[in-house]
Amino acid sequence: MTDLVLETKGISKSFGALKASNNISLDLRVGEIHALIGPNGAGKSTLIKQIAGGLTPDSGSVHFLGEDVTTLDRVARARKGLGRTFQISSLAMDFTVLQNVVLGAQGAKGSPWHFFRNAMKDKRLLDIAWNALERVGLQDQAKVRTADLSHGQRRQLEVAVALTLSPKAFLMDEPMAGMGAAGSAQLTTFLENLRTEAPILLVEHDMDAVFALADRISVLVYGEIIASGTADEIRRDPQVQKAYLGEESL
Amino acid sequence: MSRETSLNSVIGLGLLLVPLWAYWADEPFIITLSTKVAILALAGVGLNIALGLGGLVSFGHAAFFGIGGYAMGILAAHAQTYVPLMEWPFLIDGTKSMPIIWLVAMVVSALVAVLIGALSLRTSGVYFIMITLAFAQMLYYFAISWPAYGGEDGLSIYLRNSFPGLNTLVPIQFFGICYALLMIVIAFSARLARSPFGLALAAARQNEERVETVGMRPYNLRLAAFVISAAITGLAGALYADLNRFVSPTMFSWHMSGEIMVFIILGGVARLYGPVAGAALYIMLEHFLGPISEYWQIYLGALLLLVVLFARGGLIGTLAGREVAHD
Amino acid sequence: MSLVLLIEQVLNGLQSGVMLFLMAAGLTLVFGVMGLINLAHGSLYMVGAFAAAATAAATGSFLLALIASLAAAAAAGAVIELAVIRRLYNRDHLDQVLATFALILIFSEGTRWLFGSFPLFLDVPSYLSGAVTLPFGIQYPLYRLTIIGVGLAVAVALFLLVSRTRLGIRIRAGESDREMIAALGVDISRLYTVVFALGAALAGLAGAMVGAIQSVQVGMGEPVLILAFVVIVIGGIGSIKGALVGSLLVGLTDTLGGFLLPQAFGLFMDASSATSIGSALASMLIYILMAGVLIFRPSGLFGRA
Repeated sequence: MTDLVLETKGISKSFGALKASNNISLDLRVGEIHALIGPNGAGKSTLIKQIAGGLTPDSGSVHFLGEDVTTLDRVARARKGLGRTFQISSLAMDFTVLQNVVLGAQGAKGSPWHFFRNAMKDKRLLDIAWNALERVGLQDQAKVRTADLSHGQRRQLEVAVALTLSPKAFLMDEPMAGMGAAGSAQLTTFLENLRTEAPILLVEHDMDAVFALADRISVLVYGEIIASGTADEIRRDPQVQKAYLGEESL
Repeated sequence: MSRETSLNSVIGLGLLLVPLWAYWADEPFIITLSTKVAILALAGVGLNIALGLGGLVSFGHAAFFGIGGYAMGILAAHAQTYVPLMEWPFLIDGTKSMPIIWLVAMVVSALVAVLIGALSLRTSGVYFIMITLAFAQMLYYFAISWPAYGGEDGLSIYLRNSFPGLNTLVPIQFFGICYALLMIVIAFSARLARSPFGLALAAARQNEERVETVGMRPYNLRLAAFVISAAITGLAGALYADLNRFVSPTMFSWHMSGEIMVFIILGGVARLYGPVAGAALYIMLEHFLGPISEYWQIYLGALLLLVVLFARGGLIGTLAGREVAHD
Repeated sequence: MSLVLLIEQVLNGLQSGVMLFLMAAGLTLVFGVMGLINLAHGSLYMVGAFAAAATAAATGSFLLALIASLAAAAAAGAVIELAVIRRLYNRDHLDQVLATFALILIFSEGTRWLFGSFPLFLDVPSYLSGAVTLPFGIQYPLYRLTIIGVGLAVAVALFLLVSRTRLGIRIRAGESDREMIAALGVDISRLYTVVFALGAALAGLAGAMVGAIQSVQVGMGEPVLILAFVVIVIGGIGSIKGALVGSLLVGLTDTLGGFLLPQAFGLFMDASSATSIGSALASMLIYILMAGVLIFRPSGLFGRA
């Protein structure tokens, strides 16, 4: 199974009486987009935190590139090549757009332990940063203060920062959230091509995007994976229709 | 040149020209006041690295100001009595040499900052404020109850320490030393703010999660910033003790911590020359209001309140407008 | 070292602990409900002490003096809440620290201006002076015992207030969800003023009661304020239970450390250096305690993690 990039083996997490994750086994393979869907309160955020680091499962383990990373924090997992984007944009808002991507490049390819050189004049990091901005189409906004970006542009920047890490896997938490139809369509095309670079574990509410993009879909309800398969299999799955589609109209 | 840059030049030049004029007009007291401004500004520039750049509201920087002061006091006291500081396991003599005293002040401040910072940075927000305050207070009480170096009464040094090639007893020459150090540290701090370290630290101030996600640890960045900041404030403490030729536990007091913070606020948080403008304003208020009313600190309090409530950018923010993102 | 002396010191520790609790309770309440760090809390302690000393001098009644301390501190608290503090709730902690630092300057210098720089004295009333005999033949000042009693009574009353009354329900609701209680129609700004004045009154009472065994002077509130911070860090911000446990821990550690450490060092070094090293170390003891708590529980003993 050399094409396994990311894997959770039976992870469970409870908060008091609430079982937020119940024996979840999930994997991500080379070249694919694996979408994770589920109604609100299904436990998606809890699962993501256990995969990205920041929340340790009560039992079970998380493996990344063949290594057990269950006890590593999110900094260590990021360094191993797990690129993450957040549901609510998590950026340095007072920075310019360019500063945000240079920060990413510095984290991945540079070091913060230089006190005298100018961070914004490092040719190598700037190349990585500009490249990432161009790929998401934000190069014209490079000098804009991040707080002044539109919501959709912040989503793009979020992806651009993840790109600077040249990760081995992407963990994307609702990248389409709050984007207009045009923006979603553009990002869908972009992710379509990104999967060859590194596989994507995609948590998304935009069902058009999910069914268009995903090679596999897993459905999480009340902390359990109730179904996993291709888009067609998921569409036909009676359990999914009952538990998921029944609750939330598409 | 942006408005802030021109304003900075005016402030920096002003702090140089006033004592030069005083030298010409034979007003040594003005030179001493200007020296005090330069030293207090230096302490503020130090704190500003933690507070402005790193967002670490340290309410205990008097700890490092005091350590710097006592580093000077202890070394000079041993030198003037010809009693070695220690004889075993190796001999350490006191010294009257400023560069050595500065080095000791900075190194000891930095070491203590590693300890205080490592503990305090486990927390954030209000806890961090209270804990840094408490640690400074701990050193304050220690200085009071430790009798070897004067206890509550402090320690007097008869002659100002020496600097190779200069006569530090001449006020304008001592001012020159302090001013030069201030300018060097301001240049360093400007450089630091633009460096990879400064970028990561500023990012950690705005969004800790973001920094972690790109694989850097905010705790380490903050600890380094806290230590650098402490070393600079410690240097200022050594100079301050040399200016007064006296060091006492009040250098550790929490009023001192508050005052250093006040310089930054009056001048403008995270502004390069904010502490210089703030310290100058503070000393001028003290100098001009002090003779008018014994209770001049009421006016200082009122002014501070107004600045915090209504003019958050401080002096420089009010005059130069919003800070522009620079890269 | 005799047992009697030790018990006396324990009682002294308790006494300083309960007074510390009166300070810490207000601080922690204000932080828990409003999210505000208030450095000027020590000034309210001072206001209470000065009001008591002035009233006692004018009327000769200690009871009236205590009532005056409560009233003056509560009034001062309400005034600064209305004029300054409420503008700070939505500000960052740096602004809160500086604005309340400014308030200290104003209070301290204002008090110096009104009363002068010399300390005032507040006498323990005759019916509370003298000593009582406790078991083991321990002679202990009645007034200090009274302080312990009053402090514990206030602690109980405060717990009942927060757990049983309508105001308490609102306070607890305010700690967990501000918007919710505003939506329920509670006048939140009035609630804040009341909570702030309540905390101020407790600080004022502590100032008055301690003022009778120490002198009443400008700046008297500041060492107590910092001790109260240590208490809150140890107990956990926002927790009244934590404030009580922390206060007693700090009060006992401080008192017993100052008493026991010099004696402990005296066992293996000469008396004068034992006294100096012992008392220097004792002055740092509560901060070492705080550091210890922080290493194991960064959000305090009873803090919400």
